[in-house]
Amino acid sequence: MSASGKEAPGPEAIAHLDSEHFDEAVVKALGDEVLRGALRNATELFSSRRSAAVASLPDWEDLRERARAIKEETLANLDAFLEEFAANAEREGVQVHWARDAAEACEVVLAVARATGATTAVKSKSMTTEEIGLNDALERGGLLPVETDLGEWIIQLAGETPSHIIVPAIHKTKAQIAELFVEKLGIPPTDDVTELTLAARRVLRETFAQADLGISGVNFGIAETGSFLVLENEGNARMTTSLPRAHIAVMGIEKVIPLFEDLEVFLRLLPRSGTGQHLTSYQTIFTGPRREGREGPEELHLLIVDNGRSAMLRERVTRQSLACIRCGACLNACPVYQQIGGHAYGSVYPGPIGAVITPQLAGLDKAAKLPFASSLCGACRDVCPVKIDIPQLLLHLRARIVLGDGPPGGKSTREGRFLERLAFRAWAWAMAGPRRYRFTAWVTRIVQPVVVGDGRIGRLARRLVPPLGAWTAARELRAAAPRSFRAEWRRTKGKV
Amino acid sequence: MRVALFVTCLVDQLWPSVGTATVRVLERAGCEVLFDERQTCCGQPAFNSGYRDEARTVARAFLEVYGRDDAEALVLPSGSCAAMVHHMAELFDESDPWHARAKAVAARTHELGAFLVNVLGVDDVGATFAGRVTWHDACHGLRDLGIREEPRRLLAKVRGIEFVEASSAESCCGFGGTFSVKYPAISVAMLDQKLQALELDEVDTIVSGDVSCLMQIGGRLARRKSPIRTLHLAELLASER
Repeated sequence: MSASGKEAPGPEAIAHLDSEHFDEAVVKALGDEVLRGALRNATELFSSRRSAAVASLPDWEDLRERARAIKEETLANLDAFLEEFAANAEREGVQVHWARDAAEACEVVLAVARATGATTAVKSKSMTTEEIGLNDALERGGLLPVETDLGEWIIQLAGETPSHIIVPAIHKTKAQIAELFVEKLGIPPTDDVTELTLAARRVLRETFAQADLGISGVNFGIAETGSFLVLENEGNARMTTSLPRAHIAVMGIEKVIPLFEDLEVFLRLLPRSGTGQHLTSYQTIFTGPRREGREGPEELHLLIVDNGRSAMLRERVTRQSLACIRCGACLNACPVYQQIGGHAYGSVYPGPIGAVITPQLAGLDKAAKLPFASSLCGACRDVCPVKIDIPQLLLHLRARIVLGDGPPGGKSTREGRFLERLAFRAWAWAMAGPRRYRFTAWVTRIVQPVVVGDGRIGRLARRLVPPLGAWTAARELRAAAPRSFRAEWRRTKGKV
Repeated sequence: MRVALFVTCLVDQLWPSVGTATVRVLERAGCEVLFDERQTCCGQPAFNSGYRDEARTVARAFLEVYGRDDAEALVLPSGSCAAMVHHMAELFDESDPWHARAKAVAARTHELGAFLVNVLGVDDVGATFAGRVTWHDACHGLRDLGIREEPRRLLAKVRGIEFVEASSAESCCGFGGTFSVKYPAISVAMLDQKLQALELDEVDTIVSGDVSCLMQIGGRLARRKSPIRTLHLAELLASER
């Protein structure tokens, strides 16, 4: 975990990354009324459930403080906690693997799959495996990966990527899912949710019976005991991790917490923030494989992935990005996410947290637009259970992007910012002294009538000055007043 | 109390009536208002867009004006600019003398409504206003500075007012500085969703503590030919009919 440039994340750090086309994706999303309706309903529902669940805990703010403190402590000594965690897991019989990047991580899983002779792998929901592109890698290696979380399974069936961290199919309506099932499963048309779920269950039960390898994510790794925890609601993670002969759990390095008792804090925060539940339907703690008197798979593997995370440890401001417990509350609270949904971000991590971790994982130049796609309203910070100051991170990343702080040899993030830079230099000059300020205001009042007018010059100005055109496309422009406040103050000698 | 007024660049140039109203309200609350004509901007547009060097240049000009004045408080008719003043020290290393100056100025900087209620202990400034009014919480005032009850207490004391709390009061209006022109379509979509909930409540006036939000909300309402009008908190509190 050195700070050398060599360990900067590679271009393939996030699978299916397409954040460079954010602007086009936004236009598409905003034009999709069905998508926006589905988003509005779902984000409102999850936000109100969250509020109700949070209100049931009088010590919510205290819990957030404690969670943040635990994360701070862990991240400040992450190497030591990871070593303790891995050593204790190995003592319990877990085979621990480490991967520096996505490619290495996929290789490890493939090697485990080959060693077990698996042809089918069942998966429970895991964003880290989405991030590293594990399904593609498994398919290339001749395996059949099958998602078993209902939402993830729907997405896989549709050949799409998740659009939300915890609700992967949030962008789909019931009708769209029914249509998909008719097409792919050959079931008779129905809009009955129970019927649809049963159809999925029939297919998935058969797959569970055939699979030789189960792949899961990890919500929390406990350094003290070498155990790890998986939270879920459908029982599919439990089947994924108990029916096949071997189980491999994939976790990012930031998922470790020091003590078993720390779960007391996180188990109250995570389900409430994510789905508004007081607790998920299932919580499974894994401590080693099957042994005399203990249940579990015959083989238990744990894969600990860096993939660009350790670079975030370098600075205090970016380090907090690793405190994220992937609850998805910031997505539901975000007015931008509410309008455009997850796919527009072009990253498995969308919304406010996606806008800060995607550029850090994949490289600023690969996702330079995302940190700017926020009004900085701060709703994300208010709901974050671990008190990540997302607006502060967005501002930090914006500053780095403006400075052209990309990976060495990579496409500069400064490109295309020439005019903007010039504009801000001119603005700073104008604002740095009262005379220049008055001069600029005077010039503005002279050019204003033609520039904001409906005449030919006005139309030309709106084309030549993009911000002007962008503002006036759907809003009237507020013009400078005939007399400024300072002029009025001077005229009336302070008796305004 | 001797109060320095930082009127903000937007109010100075686009909304001088808000500046005038601010002076009137502060004087009515017993303050002596000082206005330093060297003031320009707080630097927020550059700071929020990632142009830290440019923001620092403007912040130094700001601190030159307010780092040495003898006013007891610095009052702004804007939660957003007040929040920027609170962030200003972040632009300078802790060892840089400008850092300490920025902190000292921030410590006596207040948004107008919060200043009236929390510092002066005044919630009735003798205003009268006839209309069905709703409040828009500007994000930085609400979430950076924690200003929520103060404007509502002030509005509650206005004579003749019919106050309607909107379900979307705390939703962002979509302005977000350069965000409003970098992503105009998202910006307007956010506002339209907020307005949908507001118009259902049948208000005739939207009041807020920031002219930047009012520029966004008012600019959209005007384009939609809506009869709803926008007003700054200071204008409402200065109103006598």
